[in-house]
This record gives sequence, structure tokens and C-alpha cells, in this order.
Amino acid sequence: MSEARTTTTYREALREALRAALRADERVFLMGEDVGRYGGSFAVSKGLLAEFGEERVRDTPLSESAFVGAGIGAALGGLRPIVEIMTCNFSLLALDQILNNAATLCHMSGGQFPVPLVIRMSTGAGRQLAAQHSHSFEGWYAHIPGLRILAPATLADARGMLGSALHCPDPVLIFEHIALLTLEGELAAEAGDVDIRHAAVRRTGRDITVVTYGASLHKCLEAASELGREGIELEVIDLRTLRPLDDETIMGSVRRTHRLLVVDEGWRSGSLAAEVGMRAVEQAFFELDAPIARVCTEEVPVPYPRHLEDAALPSVARIAAEARRLVSRVP
Amino acid sequence: MSGAGEAPVVRERALELLRGMLRIRQFEDRCAQLYGEQKIRGFLHLYNGQEAVATGVMECLGPEDSIVATYREHGHAIARGIPMTTLMAEMYGKREGVSRGRGGSMHLFDAATRFYGGNAIVAGGLPMAVGLALANRLARRSGIAVCFFGEGAAAEGEFHESLNLAALWHLPVLFVCENNLYAMGTALARSQATTDIAVRARTYTLEAQAVDGMDVLAVAAATRRAVASLRAGGGPVLLECRTYRFRAHSMFDAQLYREREEVEAWRERGPLISFTRRIKAAGLITEDDFQRLQAEAEAEVDAAVVFAESGEWEPVEDLGRFVYAETGA
Repeated sequence: MSEARTTTTYREALREALRAALRADERVFLMGEDVGRYGGSFAVSKGLLAEFGEERVRDTPLSESAFVGAGIGAALGGLRPIVEIMTCNFSLLALDQILNNAATLCHMSGGQFPVPLVIRMSTGAGRQLAAQHSHSFEGWYAHIPGLRILAPATLADARGMLGSALHCPDPVLIFEHIALLTLEGELAAEAGDVDIRHAAVRRTGRDITVVTYGASLHKCLEAASELGREGIELEVIDLRTLRPLDDETIMGSVRRTHRLLVVDEGWRSGSLAAEVGMRAVEQAFFELDAPIARVCTEEVPVPYPRHLEDAALPSVARIAAEARRLVSRVP
Repeated sequence: MSGAGEAPVVRERALELLRGMLRIRQFEDRCAQLYGEQKIRGFLHLYNGQEAVATGVMECLGPEDSIVATYREHGHAIARGIPMTTLMAEMYGKREGVSRGRGGSMHLFDAATRFYGGNAIVAGGLPMAVGLALANRLARRSGIAVCFFGEGAAAEGEFHESLNLAALWHLPVLFVCENNLYAMGTALARSQATTDIAVRARTYTLEAQAVDGMDVLAVAAATRRAVASLRAGGGPVLLECRTYRFRAHSMFDAQLYREREEVEAWRERGPLISFTRRIKAAGLITEDDFQRLQAEAEAEVDAAVVFAESGEWEPVEDLGRFVYAETGA
């Protein structure tokens, strides 16, 4: 292994991805609230205004619908816009543009008008930001045909997904988890575009398939280490791409382990976890040795105080407990 | 027949403008009939009465310009030069249609003429037009973006957000508000505290002007000035074209919200009869010319219907095509 590696963070990897994209293609520009002079509300785009100038790093008014729609128009006009929405909660103000235009135009125009737009937004809880800054709406967006939904959980994906998304002719939404921004680790100096079509098996194991994505991946891996010491082997799958879902990787694992646990920071009802579970029922029902289990966020608006926020979210303890329960069930 | 700095109204131009409006009127009259015959289904919003706006604006645009329209966009599509054949096939839902039948009346798209649709969400097209103008600006292209919408859109947040953004970034957008006084069945004065749309646009520092939307020459003159300003690097412009819709909002509308006398009064000022009267009086065309244009438009519509009737249905196996792009970015 002679490949050079550098220590970096998820935040720096996101920034490096933006920098590389802006360098690689003059059609690429970044716009959003506070992406320029402020440096990004989560400091992701810090320094980019100085490097690329006001034309390509554009501060917008607090007009989510207008600047997302302008991103759609700019994409139709031949550019490759990257639109940042501060949090996925605010993206609801632009839902008309995302759903009625970005996701729809290609099909409704008979293929004449694909929308090569990338929208990045932060998602998730864990920083005591209460109920209007802490939700996870990627599962909702994954409901919508015409969109591609990505959720980077690792440094390599934080670095690589943006470039791959920009090479895709469809609207791509990237959900960056706020609890991962300070995640630190090593990344190949030459890291670049990554595959955005397949899920990744992040840990192999024979007993239970755990399907997850985003920040929950790290909780699942921690639970897997803990259970490994008890002799229970979890196979942890990082979905990475939430739409379209990579059924093959999921079902391939379920056919080996015969047990499925889905961990999702979205609310349980009507969730992405429900979708994954139902697909397993449809495609691998006779392979299952136990009922499918889920660990999701409790069905409350995410509250402010630490102990209540913790209680609402999937935790290592809940994941481990559910895995133990699942493995104890014998057909 | 021309004011200072305006294009002169010579016989050729008079015939061209009249032809443009007649083609729209005849196309839509036939659409209404075909709707009765259940050949056209879904929603059908007719432009009858507003033809001077699309015709007058489009006369001043070039192929490099981008158009964004609403669900009442048959007139804009025809005036932009999209063939009536493929438009009628779209009305039928046939695969030969401009949107391969997937859009229907409300969603006409045509890449060749930079016609970015029929948007059926009120004000939903405005942000897109801002983005199309931004793309032109960043790519150093001369094209402008022209966005049509009704006065009802001025109550939507996207109207305000888009005007502000276009003005802030000094983008080449021509906002054309077709004020036909009714947002479906709700009169402007019953739904908006400020009924002067141009006044509202000026608060965002746009150049804004109200125009007689029943007068194709007035619309064209105002548009020509606006386009010249935009091409010279000026900031966004809004034209409020005061017009009227003679027919119902859609084919489901019983028109309980307005008096017959009001409709009749506006009909007297209709864009076709007023313009025809005017150019005949000026000796630019004769009744024979008018009859000939009528017959030509009718023949064109007949041919479009034949084209649509002989079109094919998209195979059901192709239902899922174009949800995602079939070519690389």
C-alpha cells in the first residue's frame, strides 16, 4: 500500500469535493444561503469565495424556492449548478421546485429537458437544534421518481459523491449529516468520484443483515463491534444511494444471514426502513428466519434537551438490543 | 400607423400579426370542439381573448431567447413557432406530440425553440426563468428569458422571491404578467391588496410598465423596448399586460363569478376585432385578405387534426422512459 493518505474530516472532504468540482468544470457554480462570505452555515464552503469569486460562489437571499428554481433553470440552460440548502427542514420551502419541476420535467417533456442539478443539504439530529433543524427528510425525497438521493456516511463518499452527482444528467440530492461533519479519518490523497449506484457492505457477518445509511452507519458499526464480542456477527450495509435502492446487495446479504434489521433516522411510519423491509418481504420472504426488525427515530418532533433527543434517536444500545432479540428468535 | 421608435405597421407586418392571432384563435376553437368530442381530455385552459399578448411579445424575440409559460400556453407555443401538428398531437396525448403525449394541454415543451413549458403550478415557472437568464449571463450568451404568468401569480411567494433575485443579480428576464383580472374565479381585487402589478414590481427595483394587452401593437412596442434594454445589459423588466379571458377558466367552469355584460364589454375590445378594424381602416388589408388568412388557418388546423388523429399511442412498455435521462449530462 504505497498510496498516499491524508488525515481529514467529513467537512473538509465535502469542501475538497466542491473545490475539485469548481476547478474541473467551468459550468459548475455554487449558490445558497451564506455559502460565500459567511463560508457556509456549517463552514463547508469556507474559503471558496476567495478562490473562485462571486460569480461562481453566490450568496442568495433567503428564498429557497427561487434559488432552487433558479438552479433548475440554470441546469436547463446548460450549466451545472450546485445548490446548497442550509438544512433539509428548509428544503420544504423549495419542495414545489424540487418535486413539480426538477423531478418531473424530464419525463413530462418526453425526455427533452433533463435537469442536471445537484442539491446539497444538511440532515439529521444530534446537536440539540430542536424540531425545526433536526429532521431527516431523505426518506421522503426517496419517494419521488425522477430524483436520485445520496447519503454520504464516510469520508470517501463525502469526497466522492458530489463529483459523481455532477456527472449524472438527473437531479441529485445529497444529504450531509450534521453529526458527521467532525468525523475524522484517513483518506487517499487521490480520492475522487465514487460509484453512486451501489450499496456498500461496511462489515461482513453471518448472523444479521443490518441495513442503514448516514450517521446511523457509525452507530451500527459500534453495535456490531459490541455484539462481535458476544459472538453475534452483524453484516452492516451502508445504502449510500437511497433512490434508486440497490436491492441486489441487500437481498444478497439477507440470503446469507436470514435476518434483517433496518436502522433509519427517519420516523418509522412510512419510512425508508419500511420500504427496505417490504422489499425484503417481496423478494426474500422465504429466506427469512425471523420477522424483520426496525430501529427508527421515535415518532415525535425531535426535542431540544439532550436526554430527550438521545431517547428519540436510534442509539447503539437500541440497535444492539434489537439485534440480540432478533438473533434469539428461532424459526 | 406607428409611434416614435416603434416598428412601422406595413402591410406585411399587419398580415403577419393578424395571421398569428387568427392561428391561435382557430386552433383553440377547434380544441374546444374536440374537447366536446372527448378527443382532448383532462384540463383545457383556453387563451381566447389574450392572443395579442403572446403574438406581440413573440414578435420581438429571437431563437436564442428562452420561454417559460403557464398551463394556458397554447397561444405562446403557436406564436413561438412550434408546429400546430405536434401541438395538436400533444393535445390528443399521442407519441408524436411535442412532449410525446406525456404532458397534454398544460405541459407543452419544445427544446428546438427553447420553450420550457407549460407550468401548471401558479408562479412555479418564475424561478426557472431566473435560472435560464442566469445561465445566459454566466455563459456570456445574448439570450434573454421571458416568463409569462397570470396576475394570480403575484400573490405567490415565488413571484416575490423571483423578482427580487432577478433584480438583485441584474438578470436579463422579461416578466410578462397577463392580467386577465381573474385567478380562476377570484377577482384580483378580492384576493390582492395591491391590484397594480407594475407598482409591486417597482418595489423590487424592476422597470415595470402596464400595457393594453388587447392591443397587439402596444404589446409589441413595449416588448421591443424591454428586449432592447435587456440585451444592452439592463436589469429585469416587468410588463403588465391588461387583458381578458373571454372563455371560461377551464372546460369545467360555469363562470358564476362574473357578469355576462362584463364579458361582452371586453369582447368589443377583443384583440382580433380591434386590430382587424384598425388595419382595414388604415387600408393595409382588405376583407379578402382577412378571409384568406381565416381559410389558411382553418386548413392548417384541419391538417393538424389529421396529423393528431393518425398519430400513435406511446406503447405502455415505454411508460417508465424519461423518468431519468437517457443520455449523459
